[in-house]
Amino acid sequence: MRFFAPPVPSPALSRRRFLVLSGAAGAGLTLGLPAVRAAAQPAAAAGEAPFAAYLRIAPDNTVTVLSAHLEMGQGAYSGVATLVAEELGAAPAQIRVDGAAGNPKLYGNLAWGGAMQGTGGSTAMTSSFERYRRAGATARAMLVAAAADQWGVPAGEITVEGGVISHASGRRATFGELAESAARLPVPAEVSLKDPKDWTLIGSETFRRVDSADKSTGRQAYTIDVRLPGMLTAVVAHPPRFGGTVRSFDATAAKAVKGVVDVVQISRGVAVIAEHTWAAMKGREALTVEWNLEAAEGRGSAELMAEYKRLAAEPPTAVADRRGDAGAAFAGAARVVEATYEFPYLAHAALEPLDAVARREGDVLEVWGGHQMPDLYQAMAAEIAGVSPENVRLHVMMTGGGFGRRATPDADVIVEAVECAKAIGWRAPVKVLWTREDDMAGGRYRPMYLHAVRAAIDANGNPLAWQHRIVGQSIVANTPFAALIKDGVDVTSVEGVSGTPYAIPNFTAELTTTSNGVPVLWWRSVGHTHTAYAMETMIDALAKAAERDPVEYRRALLKDHPRHLRVLDLAAEKAGWSEPLTPGRFRGVAVHESFSTVVAEVAEIAVDDKGGFRVERVVCAVDCGVAINPDQIRAQMEGGIGFGLGAVLHSQITLTEGEVDQGNFDTYEVLRFSEMPRVEVHIVPSTAPPTGAGEPGVPPIGPAVANALAAAGRAVNVLPLAQGA
Amino acid sequence: MKLTVNDREFTIDADPEMPLLWVLRDVIGLTGTKFGCGAAQCGACTVHVDGQPIRSCVTPVSAVEGQKVVTIEGLGGNKVADAVITAWTALDVPQCGYCQSGQVMAAVALLTETPKPSDADIDAAMDGNLCRCATYQRIRAGIHEAARTLEG
Ligand code: FES
Ligand code: FES
Repeated sequence: MRFFAPPVPSPALSRRRFLVLSGAAGAGLTLGLPAVRAAAQPAAAAGEAPFAAYLRIAPDNTVTVLSAHLEMGQGAYSGVATLVAEELGAAPAQIRVDGAAGNPKLYGNLAWGGAMQGTGGSTAMTSSFERYRRAGATARAMLVAAAADQWGVPAGEITVEGGVISHASGRRATFGELAESAARLPVPAEVSLKDPKDWTLIGSETFRRVDSADKSTGRQAYTIDVRLPGMLTAVVAHPPRFGGTVRSFDATAAKAVKGVVDVVQISRGVAVIAEHTWAAMKGREALTVEWNLEAAEGRGSAELMAEYKRLAAEPPTAVADRRGDAGAAFAGAARVVEATYEFPYLAHAALEPLDAVARREGDVLEVWGGHQMPDLYQAMAAEIAGVSPENVRLHVMMTGGGFGRRATPDADVIVEAVECAKAIGWRAPVKVLWTREDDMAGGRYRPMYLHAVRAAIDANGNPLAWQHRIVGQSIVANTPFAALIKDGVDVTSVEGVSGTPYAIPNFTAELTTTSNGVPVLWWRSVGHTHTAYAMETMIDALAKAAERDPVEYRRALLKDHPRHLRVLDLAAEKAGWSEPLTPGRFRGVAVHESFSTVVAEVAEIAVDDKGGFRVERVVCAVDCGVAINPDQIRAQMEGGIGFGLGAVLHSQITLTEGEVDQGNFDTYEVLRFSEMPRVEVHIVPSTAPPTGAGEPGVPPIGPAVANALAAAGRAVNVLPLAQGA
Repeated sequence: MKLTVNDREFTIDADPEMPLLWVLRDVIGLTGTKFGCGAAQCGACTVHVDGQPIRSCVTPVSAVEGQKVVTIEGLGGNKVADAVITAWTALDVPQCGYCQSGQVMAAVALLTETPKPSDADIDAAMDGNLCRCATYQRIRAGIHEAARTLEG
């Protein structure tokens, strides 16, 4: 889910069919698109007063915050609502949140340089912290000015609290009563923000999620729930191997299925369009397609891994990090430790399968979806429909999980929906729905990687030399984000190894970038999903070789990294690291920084004598700057730990002769209810600006569990653990 | 075909093989019940048929003719459901929320049958309901919390 690591890289010019990205000096990425897209903004309801484009206040006193960030479960909506409510003086109950899209000037992600809207890299709060507090403060100043006018009292004597504007004279008004006159006043150029010590909502436990009630009662609508008059539903037959194309198809039997309306070829396959989902699915079963697989990827994942192993022994394609002279330093080694790690392809498998809805009426195209990169999707949809981007109205829907999958540089499912609607002459709105099997076999996986690591300690047991080779595909190559490749190094392949905080005098990180036909993508915590595993299990192996305690060993190597030390100490203390365990129990620790947040986790496992084990308890300590919604940070750590644990325990996508072996959750296993460990989260108090929370809980769980297993005498370097053990 | 959903009678003209899930969502228009796998692997489509939790994605609509189907939209007035939903909201159980209709339906069925479930009871009843956001810890807490409220 990361596209840009702060600071934003200066992009190379990358030209694609649909999209032009051009570098604006110092301003990050600028989309080569018209800046004004009024039609694409969410429409204000009658009587609603807009304030500074980030919020609206209705006569019924509700405040609707327009979020620049997609809600995928990570709590972004509740975060922006908290920021606005704090400065506005609103009561939490009066706040609603809507997704906004279509104006990068307003909604550009400031953590990416500000010129492009998007959600990813755990940046929503970093980007929103100033912006949404300022929006709240601006609206408050305007409401106060309107009250001062009406009541004939000085603005300085007016207070705003809990959604009520009042004056010592006894005058009171709600936001709704003053909104219309306030919105007509000039927008103040300068507003001051509260002193953090006066915050009542930021950092408190009282501001809860804005969407819990709707999500607990089935009322929350997702893209799959969109129903429009006359809408048709399509499922798409995709080629059985990546890179295949349609040679020909016979739709006779498909069209004979009751409810099937049309069968059309689109750029990614053949779509069966029907009156309802079931008919579309039955129609696709009846469809015959002859595929052209000449250019398709025909290798299996085992062959690809064998190639990676061979490549690991050859010179790298690039050097990502170098300090000292690792090669020479091995000569003085007291002990050398080596390990080769294998990481499989992983599917995101969000519970809401991919979907999108497109409708064109006249010159206006509407697209409903989980718009994680709206500017890009708007441009692509416009291109297909032949309308101008300002005539593409994006409806930002809540998303049933994302984990990176809704941020596809090629806008796959959105392109399919728009192409389907176009193929039937725009005569009806079309919803495209992927089945679970489509999603599982649809590619855009966390890449498969091989890590070959060789490290040495000196006579005192301290790290002396470390040579690290990573072999695998680049996520950003051949996408509009190729600017993230510097000197042949895709930062998403090496982040978490390059620039390691550990004091290792001689260190080399090398990369061999491979290429094959399997499409890859960012997957919750991106490169850190594999780099943290290799780094943290290897550090444990060195501690063991040095006969030192893993926590003590890390402390010594991190002495110049106070945030790392703080979370490490906190997790160790709360986990009772120094206390003895009952027989059959083992602990492992890992600490890792990702998305500017540092997390330490201690995993406690129980092993049985049949070779099985269970993760019983995980103690997590996190430093993510100011904790805007502490309970949501806990929720993200709990969820990140469960998500990461399921993957390291069970998940893998494999291919046989180019075809994906997994189809549903019976073969692509994820964490189940009974496997969830008890998770305790401790947040380091901080006054620093907020950093990421959605992803950083994921990276440490794999190595923490692996280190506990190694303590039990079962080191595993091939994932998933269930297979490698 | 006649169907009773949430105490309302519907006359449906559909393929008898069509899974109840798609009849609910696409024919009747009750979209609270979700599609996650279509193969009885995730629990997102859980509804009650004569009080029992079933996977509507693999249940042909013809199989529930004449039986009482209750979906998440039909839980109003159910004391156990009120307790579950109140606990879910108070604890902020949902993240993306997509699995939660199914989780709530499974939890209501569990608590109706077993008013004071142990952790092992909860594991057994809920193991078929996947949550990709891994909200399992809060679901467990929510079930215990609802059980406490119902005890009075
Ligand atoms: S959709 Fe029915 S169990 Fe998954
Ligand atoms: S809350 Fe997202 S799948 Fe359960």
